[in-house]
Amino acid sequence: MATRAATDVGLVGHLMRRAGFGASASETERLAEIGYDNVVEGLLGFEQQPRPVEDLLERYHQDHADEESVKWFSKRWIYRMINSERPLEEKMTLMWHARFATGRSKVNNSPMMGDHLEMLRDNCLGNFRTLLLELALSPAMIWWLDQQTNHSDAVNENFGRELLELFSMGRGNYTEEDVRACARAFTGWTIDQTIPRYPNGWYDTNYVYRSHDHDPDVKTFLGETGSFGGEDIIDIIVRHPATGQFVASNIYRYFVSDTPNQEAIDYLASVYFESGHELRDVMRALFHSDFFKDAGYARVKSPAEHVVGVIKLTGEHTSEYEFGLASLEAATLAMGQELLNPPTVEGWHTGFEWIDSAFLIERVNFSADRLGNLDAPGVRSIIDRLPGADLSLTPDELIDRCNYELGQLNLEDRSRRVLTKELELHHDIPCAGGSSNPDFTEIAIEVLQMLSASKEFQFA
Amino acid sequence: MTTESTKRDTVLVVVQLSGGNDFLNTVIPYSNPFYKDFRNTVGIADSDVLKIDDDYGFHPSMPEIGDMYKSGDVAIIAGVGYPEPDRSHFRSMDIWHTAEPSAVIAEGWLGRSIRELDPQKQNVCTGVSFGQGLPRAMYLSGTPAISVAHLEGYGLLTSLSGNKQRKAVNAFTRMYVPEEFEEASVVMNHIGQTGIDALTGADMLKVAPERYTSNVEYADDALGQSLRGIAQVHLADIGSRIFYAQQGGYDVHGAQIATHKGLLKDASRAISDFFDDLKSHDQGEEVIMLVFSEFGRRIRDNGNGTDHGSGGGAFLIGDSVNGGMYAEYPSLAPEDHISGDMQFNNDFRSIYSTILEGWFGIAPEQIVNGNFERFQGLLAGAA
Repeated sequence: MATRAATDVGLVGHLMRRAGFGASASETERLAEIGYDNVVEGLLGFEQQPRPVEDLLERYHQDHADEESVKWFSKRWIYRMINSERPLEEKMTLMWHARFATGRSKVNNSPMMGDHLEMLRDNCLGNFRTLLLELALSPAMIWWLDQQTNHSDAVNENFGRELLELFSMGRGNYTEEDVRACARAFTGWTIDQTIPRYPNGWYDTNYVYRSHDHDPDVKTFLGETGSFGGEDIIDIIVRHPATGQFVASNIYRYFVSDTPNQEAIDYLASVYFESGHELRDVMRALFHSDFFKDAGYARVKSPAEHVVGVIKLTGEHTSEYEFGLASLEAATLAMGQELLNPPTVEGWHTGFEWIDSAFLIERVNFSADRLGNLDAPGVRSIIDRLPGADLSLTPDELIDRCNYELGQLNLEDRSRRVLTKELELHHDIPCAGGSSNPDFTEIAIEVLQMLSASKEFQFA
Repeated sequence: MTTESTKRDTVLVVVQLSGGNDFLNTVIPYSNPFYKDFRNTVGIADSDVLKIDDDYGFHPSMPEIGDMYKSGDVAIIAGVGYPEPDRSHFRSMDIWHTAEPSAVIAEGWLGRSIRELDPQKQNVCTGVSFGQGLPRAMYLSGTPAISVAHLEGYGLLTSLSGNKQRKAVNAFTRMYVPEEFEEASVVMNHIGQTGIDALTGADMLKVAPERYTSNVEYADDALGQSLRGIAQVHLADIGSRIFYAQQGGYDVHGAQIATHKGLLKDASRAISDFFDDLKSHDQGEEVIMLVFSEFGRRIRDNGNGTDHGSGGGAFLIGDSVNGGMYAEYPSLAPEDHISGDMQFNNDFRSIYSTILEGWFGIAPEQIVNGNFERFQGLLAGAA
């Protein structure tokens, strides 16, 4: 690629859409002045930033703030995605949530789901071995994959199988005998309380190891033999070449492009092994790579990215007392991504499969509604920024500036032609006064809405 | 166009039971001593089984399906599977959706069927899926298929006021309509075509709830509501031929007895409501329903539930189906198990082939990639 300046607003905007949920043009400009490399380090070193204070959320959302409801955790999570000063933390957490899917449909216990989400947050950018181990210890995961019914005398393979197929190496890298051995190694890993989970109210459920229910016999797993327990199995898994490919290709597809690039994936896998399975090092290598920097708008946005991305543009829900988080949660559901409730143990189908006729209608309606709302501070601010020093704009100038505010979409010629044609009655568009000029505001909103309804806006 | 004097177009409804339905506890070989041995804890007592003959019976929470079976409207196809069973949900579901066990592809068998039924793409609503998302089975690049969550309020840019909406929808159309000479990416073309189809589909579908009246009260569960939507669209007579609905939750490794009971109860009620609805509109004969799941479960329970297995079963339901047991129930004798699973006797592509040829009159070979045996006599009056 042509070398791009570290202060390139387009490049930093791309970084913020991938490492987070996007940023307004004014925020992106501010970050670009800091410089790309410094922004990357800030994103990776997120522990230096506080997590948002959310004490008031429950007080102001009493209708929804139901401790008993997993849906409340989804709403809180959306608030967090919008407001966190650690965007990469939420983005990585969302990736692992989709990959290590657990859901309300089966777990149906809000403390368990909440703890699981916190576990993913705490380990999202750490060591992959720790992440897999914490995953195996997570009560929500134990319940989700019936690990509490995996006994030394009655093996339940569910967790053992998915650990190999979905959480690490992937199909084709192990045998049915390995699945069996893996499941046996995790016998005795259970939770301290299963019944009654209700009607006495939800309560925290803790991991517990029951040695008398553990199968201590010798097992052969992936060619190695020993009286393995769960930790031994995880040790063998994380150093397997297929696990490096798994971690690398997941990260690649989630952060770079829907179209795999084996060379890039091999490179990320090599960093995974050289760093001793440190995810932060893999992500640092990724953000500094040319294949990442060149991948602007090469991914179809997930619904959560779409919803949160639009809200970050409209500047809404930045305070705890703003109503309407429930409608954001409902919007992601209608677009095909119900947070904390993936459709199956495999998470969601991604890429172009995010787009079917129902989901596309929801996406377009949502973004056009929200960007058409002049009461939203971000919308008002965008319209105020459009005129710059000018008193009037040509249709092309207006389209360019609106597009800049939305993050410099890769506009196809045709989309531009259609928009220009829409504005053909206007030669010069008086823009003085920005959002206090009703005629200008109406035209600007029309352009913003149509841009947000475009094919190009479905990408990030 | 449909008139009273011509035969109406045939319609297929596919119902997917996601998660791997435990066929052994759905159509139960209650008199088989091995059943009691292997389903020591997760079994259904003889006295509870809704018996259909001396050997088999339905799960007790399926009385409606049991009654439909007695009326001759339910065909049971036991022992269905595919070569080299894969116990992954993901892979197994893909295989059912694409009719391709040996390679990973994104094109679905129903997508290919829609292309055959409507080669000129005259009707974007030839295939309509209800629920959360278009199944891979209905996906075929360049072939429309509509996905709907709820019919009520379905439409594009509906919050804009009249004139503005018309203008915006018009611009939307021009931005999305694919232009042949343009070299856009596959994904970009997919989104473009989906946008155009969505717009056309929404216009067609919005009449369905307006035209619909019914005495049948469906239950509130997802499958019941999806089948209600399908009835609405079918009765609106807009030319849909293939419908899809899903019911999730069948992955019962644990707490199976209670969970499975509830799921089958909802499914049985929803399916019978749907056919009652059609019959009350005198439209029962042109609709058949295929009910399938990606796999069955292990023969031996795990003490609390059952693990992934192979060799499940399917149902074909409707007035035009010749009911009965169509396939030999797989042996439960230990010497016949394959790694703890029932052997499959029937390739799932035989069911697809029978439907494609006998119901739609289209050659199945191209769609299922091979020539598979047909079930004789399964469809009344079939070619």
